[in-house]
Amino acid sequence: MQLIRCPWCGPREEVEFHYGGQAHVAYPDDPAALTDEQWARYVFFRDNPKGAFAERWSHSAGCRRWFNAVRDTRTYRFLAVYKPGEARPEVAS
Amino acid sequence: MRVDGYGRIDRSRTLGFTFDGRSYTGHPGDTLASALLANGVHRIGSSVTLGRPRGISAAWSEDATGLVQVEEPFPEPMLLATTVELVDGLVARGLGGQGRLAEVADTARYDRMHHHVDTLVVGAGPAGLLAARAAARRGERVALLDDRPEPGGSLTGTERIDGRPSREFVADVVAELATHPEVAHLQRTTAFGRYDDGFVLALQHRTDHLGADAPRTLSRQRVHRIRAGRTVIATGAHERPIVFADNDRPGILLAASARDLLHRYGVLAGREVVVFTGDDAAYAAAVDLADAGAAVTVVEARPQAPAHWAGAAADRGIPVLTGSLVAGTEGAPGDGRVSAAVVTGADGARTVLGCDLLAVSGGWNPTAHLFSHVRGTLAYDPALGAFRPGEDLDGVAVVGAANGTLDLAGCLREGASGERPPSADGEPERTPGAIVWRVEGPHDRQFVDVQRDATVADIARAVGAGMRSAEHVKRYTTIGTAHDQGKTSGVLASAITAELLGVPIEDLGTTTFRPPYTPVAFAALAGRERGQLFDPVRTTALHAWHVGAGAVFEDVGQWKRPRYYPRPGEDMEAAVLRECAAVRDGVGILDGSTLGKIDVQGRDAAVLLDRVYTNMMSNLAVGRVRYGVMCGPDGMVIDDGTVLRLAEDRFTVITTTGGAAKILDWLEEWVQTEWPDLRVHLASVTEQWAVFPVVGPRSRHVISRLFADLDVSNDAFGFMCWRDTELDGVPVRVARISFSGELAYEVNVNAWYAPAVWERLLAAGEKHGITPYGTETMHVLRAEKGYPIIGQDTDGTVTPHDLGMAWAVSKKKSDFIGKRSFSRAENTDPLRKQLVGLLPTDARTKIPEGSQVVEFCPDGALPAPPVPMLGHVTSSYRSAALGRPFALALVKGGRQRVGDVVHVPVGDALVPAEITSSVLVDPEGNRRDG
Amino acid sequence: MADTLHRSPVLRHREDAFARLPEGLEIVAEPDVALADLRVPEGAVASATGVVGVALPLEPNTWVARPGGQVVWLGPDEWLVSDADERPEALEAALRAAVAPHDGAAVDVSAQRTAVRLRGRHARALLATGCALDLHPSVFGAGRSAQTTLGLVGVVLLALDDRGEDYRILVRPSFAGYLADWLLDAAVEFEPPGPAAAL
Repeated sequence: MQLIRCPWCGPREEVEFHYGGQAHVAYPDDPAALTDEQWARYVFFRDNPKGAFAERWSHSAGCRRWFNAVRDTRTYRFLAVYKPGEARPEVAS
Repeated sequence: MRVDGYGRIDRSRTLGFTFDGRSYTGHPGDTLASALLANGVHRIGSSVTLGRPRGISAAWSEDATGLVQVEEPFPEPMLLATTVELVDGLVARGLGGQGRLAEVADTARYDRMHHHVDTLVVGAGPAGLLAARAAARRGERVALLDDRPEPGGSLTGTERIDGRPSREFVADVVAELATHPEVAHLQRTTAFGRYDDGFVLALQHRTDHLGADAPRTLSRQRVHRIRAGRTVIATGAHERPIVFADNDRPGILLAASARDLLHRYGVLAGREVVVFTGDDAAYAAAVDLADAGAAVTVVEARPQAPAHWAGAAADRGIPVLTGSLVAGTEGAPGDGRVSAAVVTGADGARTVLGCDLLAVSGGWNPTAHLFSHVRGTLAYDPALGAFRPGEDLDGVAVVGAANGTLDLAGCLREGASGERPPSADGEPERTPGAIVWRVEGPHDRQFVDVQRDATVADIARAVGAGMRSAEHVKRYTTIGTAHDQGKTSGVLASAITAELLGVPIEDLGTTTFRPPYTPVAFAALAGRERGQLFDPVRTTALHAWHVGAGAVFEDVGQWKRPRYYPRPGEDMEAAVLRECAAVRDGVGILDGSTLGKIDVQGRDAAVLLDRVYTNMMSNLAVGRVRYGVMCGPDGMVIDDGTVLRLAEDRFTVITTTGGAAKILDWLEEWVQTEWPDLRVHLASVTEQWAVFPVVGPRSRHVISRLFADLDVSNDAFGFMCWRDTELDGVPVRVARISFSGELAYEVNVNAWYAPAVWERLLAAGEKHGITPYGTETMHVLRAEKGYPIIGQDTDGTVTPHDLGMAWAVSKKKSDFIGKRSFSRAENTDPLRKQLVGLLPTDARTKIPEGSQVVEFCPDGALPAPPVPMLGHVTSSYRSAALGRPFALALVKGGRQRVGDVVHVPVGDALVPAEITSSVLVDPEGNRRDG
Repeated sequence: MADTLHRSPVLRHREDAFARLPEGLEIVAEPDVALADLRVPEGAVASATGVVGVALPLEPNTWVARPGGQVVWLGPDEWLVSDADERPEALEAALRAAVAPHDGAAVDVSAQRTAVRLRGRHARALLATGCALDLHPSVFGAGRSAQTTLGLVGVVLLALDDRGEDYRILVRPSFAGYLADWLLDAAVEFEPPGPAAAL
């Protein structure tokens, strides 16, 4: 049972959180201008790196706020958490 | 046999117990194993595949052999006789490797307890006690766990610490710990798993030792969930057996276990003892067993006995055969107990030594399981002939024998954590051991995992089959997969595999330890979450009324919703037909309180709703209601419902019951992560508002009677409008929303008043025959109108167009979630599955939901297999209004097929059914205004 | 007036069971009061002070007393305001009038949560059977709050004293019956002879 540090509530058990997939995937400015393939890339495709990965998490059983985290997909370790709108921090994995 | 003057059992009291149908006695403080050995019972059971006699091979949880089935006082299979504390009236029998689940319900309580500590110490031996004391003295919050009934670990009581007997040292430390209010000291508590971030799970046996006197109010077993800043692993070491031929007989025991039985329980496990060792510690067993009256011979693998112990042996007349190995054993007829050790001397000569106890020590395996559970790597230590913690982990300290430190002085020093360590008085210095894993002999009688009947021959087969890693050999041979998870066999398996492969053991490594360290009953893991507490049950404010009205409930997510209200003699079909008819002909009332409701507030509320609904919401007038559909970015429907505009800057979004939490989360996700600039706030009001749809042609009479101030005429209060009114000063919101096609008013009120308002509505409707109806009737009524249930008639692959709801998709809005996907080629395919009605042509058969839809060839025969599937039935009911069964189905190109007859396999029959419009009742919509 | 339309407390059917709890445990279903979910953007929190009567607590996981009730931090821009003296719709209206001009929001959620008071010397141990948070008074003393899970139920937990003996548990009414059953079941442990009998 890992602890995940909510930027507001502090460390809580992982079961209080909901995973939201890759972070920093912006909704396209003008979907109508995209080709089918470009649109499909947005809808269906996400990165799956080995190592540091920026993800979205929601403290769903707590303050219900979304935040971002950099996590090492090899070790599951959270390397950093940060609030929406903040830049991805530089962290060594 | 029992020896006077030894043991910490309470000989003033006698306990009666039964084993394999025979009655015996023991004493408080005994385990079942010690009591059996005291009674001369050495054979416990037989092995799982070969049926060989098996006894007790160790004194505690590392025992690989002594499995029993306990029948009384509490039936439980596959327990180790060595860890079952003796209680009066215990009934048990030996097992042949397999147990049997109890046939009576487990009525004991199980629970869990969360702890947060600065320091968790696992193991209350000398190192652990000192580590806990040091932490307590620092003022920390501490938990000290130990799996045995009493603290002290491997201390037998013969040692002297700081000039006093070791048991007094233990008592002093325990007494000091008890003075610290922030120290939790738990015996009979096994830390069985270590996880991320200092999390440790431990199982406490709380009442088993109380036998029939165990208070029923207390949990029998408790899972402690401990979050520790620092974990001190002081779990000691397991003595390691040596593999030789016929090493599996009853009477072959680990040497330290034989000594433990003597000092803890006063049990001398044999009178004629052969001690086979390459390690100093076994001499303490030899000496103590001799002092207790046994005739002892030591078979020493090393060319010379350590000087101190050679002297001690000589003082007692214990022969020490140096440079010798036990290569095999002989067994007694009857119980199969060992009767002789076959010894190969330094000169190669073979000697047969008669014995009734063969005490073995191949050295020590640090109990590093907890260290290994969370990625802690183990490293081979050639001096130990075993693996020990091989790296430093943050927040973890391994001390004492678990760290490979085998002398008491070293354990005290490591446990003291920087405090002045107590002295281990008179402890002889340890000398290097001989690492003997196996003595040459016939492979198929050399047992590596005694419980699994797995031998050196099995490892040889695994290696011969190409296995090259310890993990593969484990799975091929099943070594290490029994109840003991290889506590004593794991290192041997690695060593022998390495030997057979011709590689160094340090290169081969060992298998990874995984939780649980010892078996944990599922009941303990389930805790109190069983029976009525298994899963939360959500009820509406009217639940007591529903129960009183005889409702049959349906689980909708966690909600209990009335499915129908049977009258005496009615089954579901009859009740639902009656309820449906009452609604279409008169008036019915439903508890719709479970519908999800979200308050959307702020000057950008309409902007948000325009982005998340497929239809336009910003042009909805205050006082009006609109149906809407939400899709994911892939264009598939995720929810539907109605939207009430309360003010320019405020809406109430109604979701499905099942979508309530999901849709609020969905909206929050977009608002928080994608559109934080929108000035809009969301709040769940699902439980704030009780909702009672009053439905049917006579609903207007009921509403106007109860809410005299409300003008319920069509002109003043039209379809898809809402109005606020009051009832005795309590605000009430009434909305003309219909999920049945009938004239309907949904009455919303603060749920505090739900039962009162429900009763008033029933009273107001009494003379109109107002009929409470449940979810089944609701489903039939909506299906007759072709209104889909998201999640029943859809499955995440259905667009609004597939549902025939192109009208609900705005063409004016430049974008909304899902819009771009509608133009993807696969979403414009005319052969996509579309929602249609299905009327069985015999007008009698109710087609099961989930049935496949197939089509005959023009010649009237089924196509050749595989028969193409056109789609499937999503909803199916009997209709009171139609006087026949009907169904909804998703069918490829369905809307173009209206009028076609397709077939639905039902059992062995193919039921013909006609494809129709999905709207079967009142397609003109004449009924909604009454 | 409203009082002629009677209210039905959610836990009215559990009151007899609450009355039979062992010594050292007391559970009371508290009377429902007006509750409002208050949203105020960062930078405008002062706009609520007048109506709320106190400054909104900005530290996460805390609560403060206010005239007639309390204010609980629920999120960086969200609070739960209670008022035992005010009608729900009036509380919402007053708060909304104060914060809406500042792009805040207020919603009547009076029936969205109900409160259970848990008191007694066993209170903390009882909660620890189902709550993963550290409830030690040095960490979770008076003025602390948490949105978390108790058993399998989402709750807002408020510490009312510094001894671990007085808590308020806010729970969705639909879950309240289950939670009450869960609390009553947890309390069995503390019936005579009590937990010490296991040692």
